[in-house]
Order: sequence, then C-alpha cells, then structure tokens
Amino acid sequence: MNQPESRDEASPSAASPGGPAGWIEHRLPVFSAFRKEYVVFPMPRNLNWLWNFGAILVVVLLLMLATGTFLAMNYTPTSAEAFFSVEAIDRQLSGGWLLRGMHMTGANLFLAALYIHLFRGLYYGSYKAPREMLWLSGLVLLVMVMATAFAGYILPWGQMSYWGADVITKAVGAVPVIGGTLEHVLTGSDHLGDIFLHRFFVLHFLMAFLVVAVVGLHVACVHVTKSNNPVGVEPKTPKDTLPFHPYYTSKDLIGLIVFAMVFCALLFFWPGLLTEPDNYAPADPLHTPANIEPEWYFLPFYGLLQSVPSKFGGLLAAAGSLLVLFALPWLDRSPVRSARFRPICRPALLGLVISFVLLALVGKHHATGTWMLIGRLSALYYFGYFLVILPLAARFEKPRQLPTSLASAKGDA
Amino acid sequence: MVRLSLSRTAAFGTALLASLPLVAHAAPAALTPPVPPHQKWSFDGPLGQFDQKSLQRGFVVFNEICSSCHGMRSVTYNDLSGIGLSQQAIRDLAHAKQVPGPLDAAGHPTMRPGLPDDHLRSPFPSEAAAAAMMGGVAPPDQSRLAAIQPHGADWLYAFLTGYHMPPPPGAPVVPGKFYNDWADGHLVGMPPPLMDDAVEFPDGTPATATQQARDVTTFLVWASDPHRNDRHRTGLYVFAYLSGLLVLAIAWKRKIWKRGTTRNAQDADD
Repeated sequence: MNQPESRDEASPSAASPGGPAGWIEHRLPVFSAFRKEYVVFPMPRNLNWLWNFGAILVVVLLLMLATGTFLAMNYTPTSAEAFFSVEAIDRQLSGGWLLRGMHMTGANLFLAALYIHLFRGLYYGSYKAPREMLWLSGLVLLVMVMATAFAGYILPWGQMSYWGADVITKAVGAVPVIGGTLEHVLTGSDHLGDIFLHRFFVLHFLMAFLVVAVVGLHVACVHVTKSNNPVGVEPKTPKDTLPFHPYYTSKDLIGLIVFAMVFCALLFFWPGLLTEPDNYAPADPLHTPANIEPEWYFLPFYGLLQSVPSKFGGLLAAAGSLLVLFALPWLDRSPVRSARFRPICRPALLGLVISFVLLALVGKHHATGTWMLIGRLSALYYFGYFLVILPLAARFEKPRQLPTSLASAKGDA
Repeated sequence: MVRLSLSRTAAFGTALLASLPLVAHAAPAALTPPVPPHQKWSFDGPLGQFDQKSLQRGFVVFNEICSSCHGMRSVTYNDLSGIGLSQQAIRDLAHAKQVPGPLDAAGHPTMRPGLPDDHLRSPFPSEAAAAAMMGGVAPPDQSRLAAIQPHGADWLYAFLTGYHMPPPPGAPVVPGKFYNDWADGHLVGMPPPLMDDAVEFPDGTPATATQQARDVTTFLVWASDPHRNDRHRTGLYVFAYLSGLLVLAIAWKRKIWKRGTTRNAQDADD
C-alpha cells in the first residue's frame, strides 16, 4: 500500500537495497528486476475479470506440482499395483484423500481455466502483432497440458484409464505408414501393461516440469509485449496504465479467492461431478465397459474424432482443430483486436463457442443418429470460422469506432 | 460423469416406485434401467454425515453375512476406526480372522491370525476359484461397490429388499438363480442374504431385514467414500475461512482502486 506509484519505470538504482540484498543485487539484479516486472510493471488500466485467469493458472500449476510430488511418492506404476496404491493413498495415507482430491480437482479446473484463458485471447484478439509469440507459446502449453492430463488420467489404472488409453493408442495406430510404429512407441509392448504404465508415469511427471519451463517463456513474452486489454488499443500515455502492484495484485487476489471457492465446492462438497464412477473399478482388459468416455475436457475433440467417417480423418480433424489455432495470427489480418468493435467477428465467435460445446455433446453421445449430423455441422463451422469467416471478415467487416485512448474508453466487460 | 446424483427426484412414500428421471443420462435409451426409489439418507447431499451407530450395525451385517462371500480388499481393519471401533476392538476383530501367512520351512502354506493392517480379503483364494464355486460369477468386491453402481445407496437398498420368494407368477425359474426386482434381468445368483434376526445388533436395535438393509447400505457407502464426514466438515471450515478472506480482499481492492481512479480522474482533468 505504501508502494511508490510513479508510473514511469523506476530506475533500478533507486530501488537498490543495501546489506546482503544489495550484495546480491549488485551481482544478480533480482530485486530491481522483480520491482520492474511485478511492482511498477505498467498494466492497462481497463482489464476486466477475464484477466485474472493467468494468475489463477500459475497458482493451480504450483498446486498440481506440490500435490503431484507427494502422490508420486506413494504411487506404484505397475499394472498389478497401480490401482491399489491409489486406493491406499485415498484410504490409508494420512490426508491422502485431500491430496488426491486437490490433484483431481486441480486437473479439471486447470483445463477449465485454460479454456477460459484461451477464449479471452480469441475474443480480445490477443494473438495479433506483436503478441504472436505469446499466443504460440500459450498454444504449446495447451497441447502439453492436454498430454499431461491424458497421461495422468491413465495412472489410477481403473477401467476408464485403461479403455481410454486403449481408444487413443488405437487411434494413433490409424495414422498411415508410421501408425503401427507410433502405437508401439506409445504402448511399449503388444498390450497395455507394465511398460506402458511406467512410461506414462514418467511422461506425466516430466511433462509437468516442462510445462513450468514453457510457462516461464509464456510469462516472459507477456512482459516483453505487455498485456493486451478489452479495448485492444495499446496504452499510449502513462494515464492509460496502472502499476501491477497494488492495483492488479489486489484484483488478482479476489479472482483467486473466488476461484478457490469454486475449487473447494467441487473438492469438498460435489466431487462426484468430476469423477467417473467406472474408474473406481480396476482395469480389466477382458471386460470392455458399456460406455467409454473421456474426461469432459477432451469431449469436443472426441466429438470431432467420431464425426468424421474415417478413423484417420477423425484424427486429422481433432489434431487440426488445435493446429489451426497456431495459424490464427496469420489467418486474421484485421487490424482491430477486440471483438467488441467487430460486428461480424463477435457473433461469429459466439458461434465458435457454441460449436465447441456442441462437439462436446456429440462426443458424449458418441455421434449417434442426429448427433452425427450436428457433429459434422459443428466441425464445419469450427474450421469455417478460422479458414473462411476470419479471412473474409478482415476484408469486408466495418469495425466500430475505436476509442482514442484507454483512459477515455468508458464501460467495462 | 453426473450419472449418480442428478436424476434424484424424491419419492418418499414407501412402496411408491418410479420417481421421474428428470435428467435422461447417457445410457442408451432402450436399456435404461429403472430408477430405484429414493430413500432419505443422513449422508446424502453436500453436507451429509454418516450416522456412526448405523455404520457400526452395518459392519455387523457385513462381517457376519456379506463377508462370507464378498471381499473388501481396499479396506483394512484399521480403517474401521473411521466407523468408531476402538483400537482394541479392531485388534480383536483382525485377530479372529485367519489369513495366509508366509511359507513354512518345508515350503507349505501357513495361516496366521490377522493384524490391524490386513485387508478385508475375499474368502476365496482367487477370482477364478470364486467364480467356479459361486455358479460362474465371482461375488463382486465391495470396496467401491456403492460408487460404481448407478444410484449407489438407493439401488443397494432396493436390491437388498427386492427379492421375491417365491418369484411372481410368470417369471422364469432358473435353478440356482433368485428373483429380484432390481437385478439385471430380474435373476441373480446371490440368494436373499438378509433375514429378520439373522444377526444381533449390540445396541439393541431390532434386526429386521429392512433395518439390516439400511445399515449395511450405509456401511457400503462409507466403504466407498470413507472420509466423507471429514471432507464435508473440512470443507465448511475452508469455506468460512475463504469467505472472511474474500471480504478483506474486496475491502483492500476497493480502497486501492478508489484512490487510483480518483487520482487518474484528476489527472484527466488537468
């Protein structure tokens, strides 16, 4: 609260402390760097609550690492013991139920927060110059987190773990030419057993720390380009910005607490909303469950996989739905960032969200009957949005009048 | 994912079946099993708590009846402290069971008395042996039975009280199978397990078959979620703490942003 609030970049020497801190500062200027990047760091003054999710994601990631480390200490990655070691964590390990509950809830809400974070980037055009690297590193993170989540879901070695892994490894096997080899690299032997489980345990653990490294890059990117904002106009004068601390530390804190409340409601009161009961039965290669279904956060991609008649085509569509996001900065050439000022883009983006949700429902219903048709139309729209609507909108759309500065832009959200 | 909890519409009257399934879930329509009547359980809902007395009675039923065919392999005797058994009672209970010990000097299998850390094993040496002895289907393990079974507690109670002896007229009669309203295809290999006064409850509660069904259902739900009481209680504390923190955080944020916005408004006036 008693931080100086001069909005110009404080000279590092002014903040330089004496004593041991000064000794360190002189050799490795961490104190001035922290001050520059996290205290006086200029943030657009008009950020809304959607800008809380970056901080939220960092905190959830740390929670996942902390709980995951202790879970790993009590986990046995063999097909005979994995299920029962997780049962022992849940039942006999002191506080194990809480540890595992936090990790499971964390995995679900990490993906949920990630989707919201991604949507914010889409809506406010945060992928446009000069933030392409920020966008690309974020997408790399999305893919890495999805891979980590998939590997993690295998570890309890329940029925859904096993049969979900079975579906995915077989889908990979559908890739022409190299599919068989690829499948073998994943499974490690001709059946899903000890080698596969051990491999994915190591991958899960390794990926988690690689994610931390890429988060470092992602955050570095945002500190180079500075944050985008709901208006999508760059801050021009110091009047347009506020120092990160205490303005956005206080705002992030509220966001974090509200998020923690949702987290705790799911963890303590409604854990059944996030768990798949079938996964409490140990993996049984001889007994296929009636209804194989991935976790909710993979459902849209599962819907795509099933909407396309050919197996490899489905795989291409599911992978393509992520790959097309990587090309987004070059597909959308409109100079206007925020969808607020784009009369075509805004409803079209709403349609994209609807098609994504519809695809999830299609995945849930295994693309049967009418769902197949809905799945194909949604898939068409999903790709159409990126490949047709955005490039055309850049040419024909008449954007609304942009405000001249952030300080003059009134009305939030 | 929401399979268990969403389609509960209350139908409290005793024999009134068929509450309306409000939410049709993902199961193929033709095979949707009937929804068992909803019972009032103290452990239901986001704040529900197990009734310790009922858990202890339920364990008596499990120990004397169910465990002669079913295992509960993820649960240890020690875990029973969660239903309020004393350490001495747990030691005695475990000690009364014989479990496989190490091979003796001559390489022959031995038996030893159980210890509190031992698991509630199936009485059969293996799944295959169980299936062979029990008419083709091994009695399922009960560790997570209430979690895996759709409609958990309600179904278990309906099933345990759903036998018809003799079967209703017109029902197929298969030797070694018993008629139950809630079994798949109405036939099940397990004979009616509960009978009035087949066990005696230490607390003097009359051991009717329906009372036993209620109590053992409670015990099975506990076994599938043994830390529920703790979880709900901890959740309340955490929520109270977060609520207090939220009020403070909002006050702090308001104070800071008021200063910022007024100052900048002045700046803008300049």
